[in-house]
Amino acid sequence: MIHSLFLVNASGDIFLEKHWKSVVSRSVCDYFFEAVERATEPENVPPVIPTPHHCLINVLRQRIYFVAVIQSEVPPLFVIEFLHRVVDTFQDYFGVCTEAAVKDNVVVVYELLEEMLDNGFPLATESNILKELIKPPTILRTVVNTITGSTNVGEQLPTGQLSVVPWRRTGVKYTNNEAYFDVVEEIDAIIDKSGSTITAEIQGVIDACVKLTGMPDLTLSFMNPRLLDDVSFHPCVRFKRWEAERILSFVPPDGNFRLLSYHVSSQNLVAIPVYVKHNISFREGSSQGRFELTLGPKQTMGKAVESVLVSSQLPRGVLNANLSPSQGTYTFDPVTKLLSWDVGKINPQKLPSLKGSMSLQTGASKPDENPTINLQFKIQQLAVSGLKVNRLDMYGEKYKPFKGIKYMTKAGKFQVRT
Amino acid sequence: HDDLKEMLDSNKDSLKLEAMKRIVAMIARGKNASDLFPAVVKNVACKNIEVKKLVYVYLVRYAEEQQDLALLSISTFQRGLKDPNQLIRASALRVLSSIRVTIIVPIMMLAIKEAASDMSPYVRKTAAHAIPKLHSLDPEQKDQLIEVIEKLLADKTTLVAGSVVMAFEEVCPDRIDLIHKNYRKLCNLLIDVEEWGQVVIINMLTRYARTQFLNPNVNVSITHMYEDEKAEVTTLEKRKPYVMDPDHRLLLRNTKPLLQSRNAAVVMAVAQLYFHLAPKAEVGIIAKALGMFEPYLKSFYIRSTDPTQIKILKLEVLTNLANEANISTILREFQTYIKSMDKDFVAASIQAIGRCATNIGEVRDTCLNGLVQLLSNRDELVVAESVVVIKKLLQMQPEQHSDIIKHMAKLIDNIQVPMARASILWLIGEYCEHVPKIAPDVLRKMAKSFTNEEDIVKLQIINLAAKLYLTNSKQTKLLTQYVLNLAKYDQNYDIRDRARFIRQLIVPTDKSGALNKYAKKLFLALKPAPVLESPFKDRDHFQLGSLSHLLNAKAAGYQELPDWPESAPDPSVRNVEVKDSVCAERTVLTGPEGAGVLLLQTTRGSSNILFHVLLLHSHSEQSSGAENRKRGRKAVKNQKSASESESESESSESEDESEEESEEESESDTDVRKKKVGLDWNRILANYVCIINFDTFDMNKITSVFSQTIAPSGLIKMYELLHRITGEGLAVEYCFSRQPFSPDPNMVAVQIQFTNNTNSETKNLHIEDPRLQSGMRIREFAEIGLQPSESVTVVIGIDFCDSTQAANFQLCTHTRKFFVSVQPPVGELMTPAFLTENDFKKEQGKLMGMNEILEKLTLGEKCVNEHVIVERVTATANLSRVPCGSDKECRFAGKTVSSGCLVLVTVTTKEGGGAQLTVNCEKMVIGTMLVKDILQALSQ
Repeated sequence: MIHSLFLVNASGDIFLEKHWKSVVSRSVCDYFFEAVERATEPENVPPVIPTPHHCLINVLRQRIYFVAVIQSEVPPLFVIEFLHRVVDTFQDYFGVCTEAAVKDNVVVVYELLEEMLDNGFPLATESNILKELIKPPTILRTVVNTITGSTNVGEQLPTGQLSVVPWRRTGVKYTNNEAYFDVVEEIDAIIDKSGSTITAEIQGVIDACVKLTGMPDLTLSFMNPRLLDDVSFHPCVRFKRWEAERILSFVPPDGNFRLLSYHVSSQNLVAIPVYVKHNISFREGSSQGRFELTLGPKQTMGKAVESVLVSSQLPRGVLNANLSPSQGTYTFDPVTKLLSWDVGKINPQKLPSLKGSMSLQTGASKPDENPTINLQFKIQQLAVSGLKVNRLDMYGEKYKPFKGIKYMTKAGKFQVRT
Repeated sequence: HDDLKEMLDSNKDSLKLEAMKRIVAMIARGKNASDLFPAVVKNVACKNIEVKKLVYVYLVRYAEEQQDLALLSISTFQRGLKDPNQLIRASALRVLSSIRVTIIVPIMMLAIKEAASDMSPYVRKTAAHAIPKLHSLDPEQKDQLIEVIEKLLADKTTLVAGSVVMAFEEVCPDRIDLIHKNYRKLCNLLIDVEEWGQVVIINMLTRYARTQFLNPNVNVSITHMYEDEKAEVTTLEKRKPYVMDPDHRLLLRNTKPLLQSRNAAVVMAVAQLYFHLAPKAEVGIIAKALGMFEPYLKSFYIRSTDPTQIKILKLEVLTNLANEANISTILREFQTYIKSMDKDFVAASIQAIGRCATNIGEVRDTCLNGLVQLLSNRDELVVAESVVVIKKLLQMQPEQHSDIIKHMAKLIDNIQVPMARASILWLIGEYCEHVPKIAPDVLRKMAKSFTNEEDIVKLQIINLAAKLYLTNSKQTKLLTQYVLNLAKYDQNYDIRDRARFIRQLIVPTDKSGALNKYAKKLFLALKPAPVLESPFKDRDHFQLGSLSHLLNAKAAGYQELPDWPESAPDPSVRNVEVKDSVCAERTVLTGPEGAGVLLLQTTRGSSNILFHVLLLHSHSEQSSGAENRKRGRKAVKNQKSASESESESESSESEDESEEESEEESESDTDVRKKKVGLDWNRILANYVCIINFDTFDMNKITSVFSQTIAPSGLIKMYELLHRITGEGLAVEYCFSRQPFSPDPNMVAVQIQFTNNTNSETKNLHIEDPRLQSGMRIREFAEIGLQPSESVTVVIGIDFCDSTQAANFQLCTHTRKFFVSVQPPVGELMTPAFLTENDFKKEQGKLMGMNEILEKLTLGEKCVNEHVIVERVTATANLSRVPCGSDKECRFAGKTVSSGCLVLVTVTTKEGGGAQLTVNCEKMVIGTMLVKDILQALSQ
């Protein structure tokens, strides 16, 4: 299975290595560096790189490459999923998964990696179990440990390991019992030149933060569960009840977790909350190009569109851009040719626009490629698919928990062709 | 590192911890810390658990380099293996087995063996993990390790399952035989195994299924209907329709819910399992069939921000999905891709257009025109790629496209990309007859620029010259010779060789041989049009989703996916003896939930008056329509007449008053009761004792497994013991598993399945207060508990004293008690007996007179042949087939479970659908009842 793991930063330095079997020399990463060099963008590095004696499987998260070394047959997705789980665990422990965070917590990182794999095969990857084995570092605990000499390492086998609900630790106690659910939907869309939707899909998740005492058994029901097309569950969800009644029934893990992710297919009509009017043109023989962009709200169900960010990769021939935004700020990087405009909130009465000219290399012919416009935005209190949670019930415990649900719609991969 | 050594030698744990943390940070950065080994290893027995753990980390990293010193630590781990704390036992084994020092192999082996029988499943899991470690250290230990694997495979906990299958895959993936007995258990545990284990198990079971089951996509397969080992009956070889092995179905069914896993690797594993094992019609659930993907066409549209490898994959999918109906949409989409800034992607898009054009004849011209327009693109790469693709397309129908060829000939002046120039030249040469005027002119231009061209272009110039020389030597003879002379002195030997070879071939001299005559045929032969192929083809022989599949090359340790067997190996190898203990195993497969007839026997208090009420029951809905009622009534009549005949034949012996009373009830009386039942459904449900569910079962299933005598798991009837409404969420079903009850051979094994439909745990489930007829005995199961939605199967043994009296008892949970009873059909009171034909005759001779019951009957419409008769009889009673010379007779033998009396059954068929049934049995009551049941089964 997984032989070794190397963590490589954006400048190509190996800043952490861990071996689960015999040591593999870090020179194996030379093959990886070659692939990085060949790739035009960091994302374009092939996920699986064969070398004469090993195979390198990598994921790129937070500008860190996690490079796993494989020696024999294993499903590549198995390794990729595992690497993502490692990153998620680090994020869970340190808040962020950056090079600095990993270096600062190198001992905890090492202890975690030691528990997560044994001889290259996953041993404990469930966050609730890991947290009992190795306590996450907090400032308070660090202080206490230095004074009392106690440790971050658990001495008992986490109870979850042997129970039928391995994802939940036992003996959970809170003074305030609360369960929060965030329904977050992302719209993936391609809009063509004329403004009509070529394809639009909704990818949704329900993230939960559950802090409940004891062994609560929750059921979450929807007003319109049929909307959910392709669903995948956290292992705690009872599949049979979903099949039969379309109800989510589960004993939740303690803390933050992703309860459900779903997909609303392109067969359903997806409401597109914003429109983009654009006029990006170059004339033959002229060293100037025109750039005009206007944004406006479309089907937002009366909610405000916020945190709007526009970005576009302009053609290589563009030397500079001289634009004026009606609101927000814009930047243009003459090296990467990346234009980005931080719009903020869209005011329906006064539509934001970005207008001006682009200067081209003199004498060069007009670029024949058209830039695409990528959009990011957020809409609070709206699930664009129309999904609505009906109720949340708790069984198995006596107290009354505080319950909360929040909806949000975001742009996923939202692209406008020009 | 002297400061670190000092810290490690100090008495303070905090200093040691600080030192160890710094050392681990060094290791993490890849710095060498091996010189600290002696100082570190001293602390292996440190009390502070974090120091200890970090010492372990260090040890595992450097033990290989410092073998002698590493041995000093071994005794600490040996002590750790005996620790009362399971976490310490497990981590001692983990570290011990990770120290790659051959000298400790025997110690490791011992530790693994011991840990494999540890009480804690976590320690057993660690033992499973240690197996591949030891195997890679010392492959000699393989045989002993396989024994441990075999032992751990039998483990019933989900925690161990994934890890031991991993060990199996690494150590002995070819020992498929070890899986047989654990197959059903693994299938049933699968959903509760952690996700990584699921992937490994699913991949292994995919391979297993390929060796054990028949290909579900071959409609007709040759199977032995039955084989008699005694060879007294001729072996029939018949073609019969494919019937899926119930175990094959079990695997497909139990993996399906995992498609909803959050783990992509699990989803992929299930997808590949369905791809490799499911009947074509079912593969759709993973949307594999292309038609299934079509609605998702737009999900594969490409964004400019996608990474290149994703873009290429999406293009591939779009190309494969293209058909006459959607091609125009796809082509429009492709056109936008050509304007992309990513030139590799543009090139791939042009190739994709070419492939669409070859695959779909209707759009070939449209594509070709589109590509020709691209020839005027400013980007040379785009033009070059288009030329290459156009060349391939033109080759399919050149005669219609001489204008395009002309157009391309003009391009040669501007286009610089060598591959494109070479393609154009080849096209002109190949189709010089279509452009007779332009071709020599092109050659003229090329002759001028020959020395400055790239090698592939030079080769094509020679080629063009040769072809023109053969077709139009008048105009081109001199040009050709000029080109060949230039080539003769070229720097590249390939070009020199080619020139020499071609000159010999085309220019006739007195020395040139016979080949010269065929030069034209050689050069201007009709060439097959190229097939534009997917770069992803040719890898289907690898298991989907494997590393080998991705790389299209066999990776180390890849296990070939075997071909389906021609005929299925013996399915009985997977049968397991159900032990008298709680196990999560569910060996009984219930049939489809259809309407079944219920036999309700209600007890009224202690008076023990029995009466039969038949009702129609549908599992899902309780409200039965008018038609259902009618059918129910009919069934009442049947049962009525049957019980009447029963009373006639054994009236003298029937001492049971209740039985007589029920006989005396008039038909109308029963009807009244039945109505009452309809009205007061819940009350009756609360009282009913047993439900017989006559599921219609699949004939083929029976015949295919018939030779085994032991009824296969797929067709065992389930009876209801406690309805989930009455049981307040606890549903209990039971069946007669027809397996021997190992703790007491005189008991009938009754398999009981509990399902907890509530949201809370049901605790302390056990049997209390059995009220049995004298002589009857019951062996209860150990107390169990049920988690919400959990199903557990237990086996109890009941000695019915060879009577069909019900065994009454109470089922108790931690809160409630339910009165229930188990009533056996007479056929379940016996077990198969194996007799030869002679033994059968001999024993039959001893059981004549009063012990023999003869009955004439008319066979039912469906009892057309021997096989149906055999399956009907053995479904009714747990008997085995006795070999018989005559094809008119079927013989069966069994023994009653309690007293071991022989039961012999003979069915003799006659012309015209008539038959005679003979039952010989010392126990006349059993005999009479059995005759009745078999008669009913055969005349249906």
